[in-house]
Amino acid sequence: MTQGSSTTQVYRIVIKASAQAIWDSITQPDWTARYGYGGRVDYELKPDGKFSHQASPEMKSFGMPDEIITGKVIESDPPRKLVQTWHPLFGPETSAEPHTKLTYQIVENSGGVCTVTITHDTTGAPYVAGMIGGGGDPNQGGGGWPWILSDLKSLLETGKRMAD
Amino acid sequence: MDDDTIFKALADPTRRHLLDLLFKSDGRTLKQLEAEVAMTRFGVMKHLRVLEDAHLVVTLKAGREKRHYLNPVPIRMIHDRWISKYRERETSALLALKSELEKGSSE
Repeated sequence: MTQGSSTTQVYRIVIKASAQAIWDSITQPDWTARYGYGGRVDYELKPDGKFSHQASPEMKSFGMPDEIITGKVIESDPPRKLVQTWHPLFGPETSAEPHTKLTYQIVENSGGVCTVTITHDTTGAPYVAGMIGGGGDPNQGGGGWPWILSDLKSLLETGKRMAD
Repeated sequence: MDDDTIFKALADPTRRHLLDLLFKSDGRTLKQLEAEVAMTRFGVMKHLRVLEDAHLVVTLKAGREKRHYLNPVPIRMIHDRWISKYRERETSALLALKSELEKGSSE
């Protein structure tokens, strides 16, 4: 999907859950294994801390490396803001591109509802930019952020994934 | 971000045009969008407000400028809720028809 000339993409969703629950679902491996493409994350939540996203058993069965996304934490302000670099190692194309910059922002509104905004700066990484928008079939890995975020919403609000 | 708000926001040709403009080139300022729409600045602002309320457009500040970004998440959710469900039924109906017809031809 070509989303034009901007190197920044923005994804926003409203989730009926506490900011802390949303923060945990992004930063804790027992949560990340349960939605989107799964896989456990390992975050060192401090500036310059390590970030690693391990492949799920399913991804590994397709021959993907153990570590599928790597990066560094730039800023961690729980449960509101997380800034990090994000470098997917899905294949030679994404591995060859520079680290992208990912910002999660969680804003608590009235009524127990939070707005979650992902700002993804893909400067210098056109291949990654083309992947994250979610123009493809989610079952083939083409769901991008829109699919991952709606799956997270479903899990946090109903306890079930969209596919369940 | 309920369905009503999203469908109402999409039910206007100018607003759909604004989304298409952002799809083509994301992160535009009001001034850049205004230049593409035959409408007053105030009119464009009002339409952008409706799109923002439906979260179809998200604005970010970049220095003194406000940039407008297309947010595809609500459209994904509409797709999952209202389109893929019916398409699935259509497909399975066709598959049932196929097996029914093939059963007939083998007899």
